[in-house]
Amino acid sequence: MSAPAIKVEGLWKEYTVGAARQQHGTFYDLLSHSLRSPLRRLRSLGGRAEDPQRFWALRDVNFEIQPGEVVGVIGRNGAGKSTLLKMLSRITAPTKGRIQVRGRLASLLEVGTGFHPELSGRENIYLNGAILGMTRSDIASKFDEIVAFAEVEKFIDTPVKRYSSGMYVRLAFAVAAHMEVDVLLVDEVLAVGDAAFQEKCLSKMSALQSVDRAVIFVSHDVGAVTRLCSRSIVLGGGMVEYDGPVTGALSHYYDRQLGSKIDLSSVRFDGTLVKEINLSGLTIEGRFVGDSGLLDPDAGITLTLHGQASRAFDDIDIVLAVFVRGTRLFTQHDTAERSPLNKGAFRSTFRLPPNLLRPGTYEVGIGLGRSAGREHSWNASVAQFRVAEIWAHHRRADAHGLISAPCGSTREYV
Amino acid sequence: MSPIDSKNSLSANPTDEIFDRDHVTVIEPPRGWHMLDWRELWAYRELLWVLTMRDIKVRYKQTVLGAAWAVIRPVVTMVIFSVVFGQLAKMPSDGFPYPIFVYAGLLPWTFFAASIGSSGQSLVGSAHLVSKVYFPRLIIPVSSVGAGLVDLLISTGILMLMMLWYGVGWSANLLAAPVLLLAVVFTSLGVGTMLSALTVAYRDFSHLTPFVVQIWMYITPVIFPISIVPERWQWLVYLNPMTGLVEGFRAAFLGKPFDPTGLGISFAIALFLFAIGVAYFEKVERRFADII
Repeated sequence: MSAPAIKVEGLWKEYTVGAARQQHGTFYDLLSHSLRSPLRRLRSLGGRAEDPQRFWALRDVNFEIQPGEVVGVIGRNGAGKSTLLKMLSRITAPTKGRIQVRGRLASLLEVGTGFHPELSGRENIYLNGAILGMTRSDIASKFDEIVAFAEVEKFIDTPVKRYSSGMYVRLAFAVAAHMEVDVLLVDEVLAVGDAAFQEKCLSKMSALQSVDRAVIFVSHDVGAVTRLCSRSIVLGGGMVEYDGPVTGALSHYYDRQLGSKIDLSSVRFDGTLVKEINLSGLTIEGRFVGDSGLLDPDAGITLTLHGQASRAFDDIDIVLAVFVRGTRLFTQHDTAERSPLNKGAFRSTFRLPPNLLRPGTYEVGIGLGRSAGREHSWNASVAQFRVAEIWAHHRRADAHGLISAPCGSTREYV
Repeated sequence: MSPIDSKNSLSANPTDEIFDRDHVTVIEPPRGWHMLDWRELWAYRELLWVLTMRDIKVRYKQTVLGAAWAVIRPVVTMVIFSVVFGQLAKMPSDGFPYPIFVYAGLLPWTFFAASIGSSGQSLVGSAHLVSKVYFPRLIIPVSSVGAGLVDLLISTGILMLMMLWYGVGWSANLLAAPVLLLAVVFTSLGVGTMLSALTVAYRDFSHLTPFVVQIWMYITPVIFPISIVPERWQWLVYLNPMTGLVEGFRAAFLGKPFDPTGLGISFAIALFLFAIGVAYFEKVERRFADII
């Protein structure tokens, strides 16, 4: 095995909380502070570790990445992902530890870094390329490819301030996608651009894998990480929580996400049974994507309704309906027929299969009834949940419609 | 290494070792005062060029008069100064017509003032770059000094025309102009880089700079000749490096004799300022992204 492309040893990064006062402060503050209390300054230098105003964004991070590996870094906000990328790309310096990078490194923390609105597309390609560390001849040799990839041939001599946001992003990504480097760091830059272009960028990035180039990919889009990476590092609280195959990383990551219980005590239900049967809470569980609160369409969604009956009934039917933009998509009943409900606490569970709902926002209506609906309780909008748009390779990005219908389709030649 | 081995020719400049596939970059905590990494700076020379060109290109974009501003500004300043200081205040001008006398002094001074103004603000103005991508930060203030050279070139052209108009002949002294220019560039770089680094941490400097520049002009012989300063105090005025350089420019273009002692003092101080500015910049460079 060749030498690692990236070797991170005992990496720590300390930030000062409330840096606004201490570091952005005026020169006068600094002067008066150091004049008034030189001793305090000295003491605070000695006792840094105890200072509550400081915190460690990264604590003792260690890993190695081999050439050709594509590693996804995931973690909640504040887990240290961006800090890690910034240190690897030399934007900010570590507090302790050591990083070794073999070969040429480029980081893509944002698309279009340094784009100047007054300059033309052509000039910006050279400008952005130079900022990303490409040489003029590198850029010149790839110029046509970049322009074609970005689909901006007609506007190449127009100032980019006249570009649509889509064109701007396409051009910016195209430059970055054509860099020839040994180590590439990519932050969540894929969050921009339309779906078709995102798809194009992802395949361009997958192509990087075939060359012996190391890629670190940071994303909230777990689908993209699954698709691009074979290995994943999960960061939590500045530490490496998991480092290994991507499948293990995802289950490690999801295990930490809990469905939250929605309190219905303040929700007003209509109908005659409101007093006798109290619906108190709803839990929506599924696989959450990152810490976004979005549900992964590839996993089933379970909705659990918690309630309390003040007396026994012999024919109660509890229902859950899912609406999208005011249209009732479907209704589910907790039992096949109206059936008895005992006095006391009860729980009704509704399970939606994986890949039923397309990405979007859904509203949940719940209610109950007896005797053909004459006595009932109902609210058409007690909660909402959102299904994430994620790239998973077996689902088509160009499918349309409210639901993914479980139909069988074939093509035959006759 | 075979030239057909495409993997090894990724970089178009194989001489730039830092872009080599086998070059190992070691990233460690900042070390305090340290030497400037000239090799790295050299490897990024294309970026310096591209950023300088960007500043030049966008300078007069979406203006009606465009590059004419590079002519209007120095000429109007010269006319105002000639009226106020030459006509009204009857300022002596070493026997030259006051307009050409003051213009020859304004030439290096305007470049210096504009350079330290723009490079002082350059890092803060490039916060989006500093926090998103790595390159030697020194390139930012240096490129904004570089962009000012175009304006300087244009104003030099005007001076040449004025020399024809006033019948001031070209002399061998002109040969010193490139050296003097280099010294002005170094002084601007020293002060500019220092100011840019200070402005990142203390924004006070963006308010302070214009004000210091104004005062600085009055202690520099721009509108007056050094000859009005009593001879035994002249050395004190020469401690201001711009004194020697402004007087030097005048000597070069107007064919006056040079003052070697004064020039020497000013050159030495220019170099010293440059060294201090760059050293301070390098010391604090790595925390820019955290505090900008």
